[in-house]
Amino acid sequence: MEDPIKSKIQSTSKETRQDILGRCLTYLCIGLIVAIVLSIFIFVASKGIATFTVNKASLWEFLTGKNWNPTVTDASGKPQLGALPMITGSFGVTILAVIFATPFAIGTALYMTEVSSKKGEKILQSVIELLVGIPSVVYGFIGLSVIVPFVRTHFGGSGYGILSGSFVLFVMVLPTVTSMTVDSLRAVPRYYKEASLALGATRWQTIYKVLLRSATSGILTAIIFGMARAFGEALAVQMVIGNAAIMPKGLLSSASTLTSVLTMGIGNTVMGTVGNNALWSLALILLLMSLIFNIVVRLIGRKGRMD
Amino acid sequence: MKNLTKIATVIIASTALLVGCGNSNSSSSSSSSTSSKAVSGKITIVGSTALQPLVEKAAENFQADNSKVNITVQGGGSGTGLSQVQSGAVTIGNSDIFAEKQSGIKAENLVDHQVAVVGMTPVVNKDAGVKNLKMSQLREIFTGKITNWNQVGGKNEKIVLINRPSGSGTRATFEGAVMNGETAAKSQEQDSNGTVQKMIAQTPGSISYLAFSYVKSDVQALSIDGVAPTDDNVTTNKWKIWSYEHMYTKGKPDTTTKAFLNYMTSSKVQKSLVKDLGYISISNMKVQKDANGKVTDK
Repeated sequence: MEDPIKSKIQSTSKETRQDILGRCLTYLCIGLIVAIVLSIFIFVASKGIATFTVNKASLWEFLTGKNWNPTVTDASGKPQLGALPMITGSFGVTILAVIFATPFAIGTALYMTEVSSKKGEKILQSVIELLVGIPSVVYGFIGLSVIVPFVRTHFGGSGYGILSGSFVLFVMVLPTVTSMTVDSLRAVPRYYKEASLALGATRWQTIYKVLLRSATSGILTAIIFGMARAFGEALAVQMVIGNAAIMPKGLLSSASTLTSVLTMGIGNTVMGTVGNNALWSLALILLLMSLIFNIVVRLIGRKGRMD
Repeated sequence: MKNLTKIATVIIASTALLVGCGNSNSSSSSSSSTSSKAVSGKITIVGSTALQPLVEKAAENFQADNSKVNITVQGGGSGTGLSQVQSGAVTIGNSDIFAEKQSGIKAENLVDHQVAVVGMTPVVNKDAGVKNLKMSQLREIFTGKITNWNQVGGKNEKIVLINRPSGSGTRATFEGAVMNGETAAKSQEQDSNGTVQKMIAQTPGSISYLAFSYVKSDVQALSIDGVAPTDDNVTTNKWKIWSYEHMYTKGKPDTTTKAFLNYMTSSKVQKSLVKDLGYISISNMKVQKDANGKVTDK
């Protein structure tokens, strides 16, 4: 005759089985996501590298060439694959947009955390969340009907160009940068502020010398996230930048970005041809850039912790 | 326990999604049971966004009459349509251009079914003050030799070129009829008829080209050498800028697909849908064009 208590202890209980099931489910999810991410990476990389291995384009010329014309081959029989105009365009709109957005984002974030009442803060919060929710095609249309004519009348040129693109992106990255800056300001320990005020510092001195300094790494992370968002945005930029695959001569002349060339070309090319592979190479650059943005965020985060 | 149920739901939902995607992609071969008259099976159509609305409407009506047929219509562009039908992933590939003209496509494996004709016209911003151009002037504008509207009798205003991305069907048609083998100047590019129409309407001095159905009163369509861009002029080839809308199948279509393609060219579709959506009926054409752009009387 077996001891009922012993058998109860030794056999797996309902709770243990739940535990095992739960663990299996989470492993399954993680496995699935890792598999998806890996296969996307491998797919884009293999297609993107084919430009250089199969079509024999040189990597150096791809990164520094100024002639983008995948369907035309030059005298030596090589396709004209110079992606520098698009790379310049992408970085141009991204950096300008972030330069425009950062002061506004920090100002708004400071107002929300330091100045405004609880009610005002809530209203601002929902306004910012609303900005995130607007689809990018709507931003694009507003850009096309408002910003492009505005730039044309006040700055000159045809209105299509890097400047218009960065104005549109400014509005699109503002909420990202703002809400992350708010988070990093809130994370500053309360006693820093209290100590500063107790020493007789004014509110401005406290904000400038204490709050902003200790939140620096968080704010930098916010800016990098904003850049990543701007770099990857396709539709809204495509509608206002003009999409001319030529080296931009200034902020007011038509330019193109990696994403705009991709979205326009991918449906018109056939898998496996030079034109198609070249587009995958552009996609690979985009993917690598977002990877770099991620790594930079990690590095800043680590440095911030050590301070 | 609550969390566990949630996780399980998510997993089930995502698996269902994956399976769903798999199904719609692998629906290449249509299982046609050739019973006396009623056709049945599945047809997947992918490709040209210009042709998509027409095919979607026609597929809707066709399925209403033949309840056993299931037709899926997707966009993706002419290049996608041709490459997908070539690889056998879809039943029909829609294209704005002849398969012979698309690099990477073996045209001899595909069967062409022309279902409609699209006329295209150069359009300018109303401000430019130009209503008619010579063909040679139009060419010089697009090659960048003429840069101001006053060189062709318009206002003193800089010309802003808006082109289509290279490889797009509309651009191929326009260049085939206008450029005479010369390369267009590098300029702005836009992908869709709708966006181009809006840009021309509000950018002073701009010029581009549009399918007839997108020409609204806020842009100025141009006559070329005194010939107006009308449907009638297209049918006689007096107006040179037009192209076919193609539906390609890999080899001979099966019974179901054939029935649908016949429906597309039947007078029921050609007389009503084709006209309503701004295309020109294939049966009205008095001339025909081959892949190399050679026009002969029908």
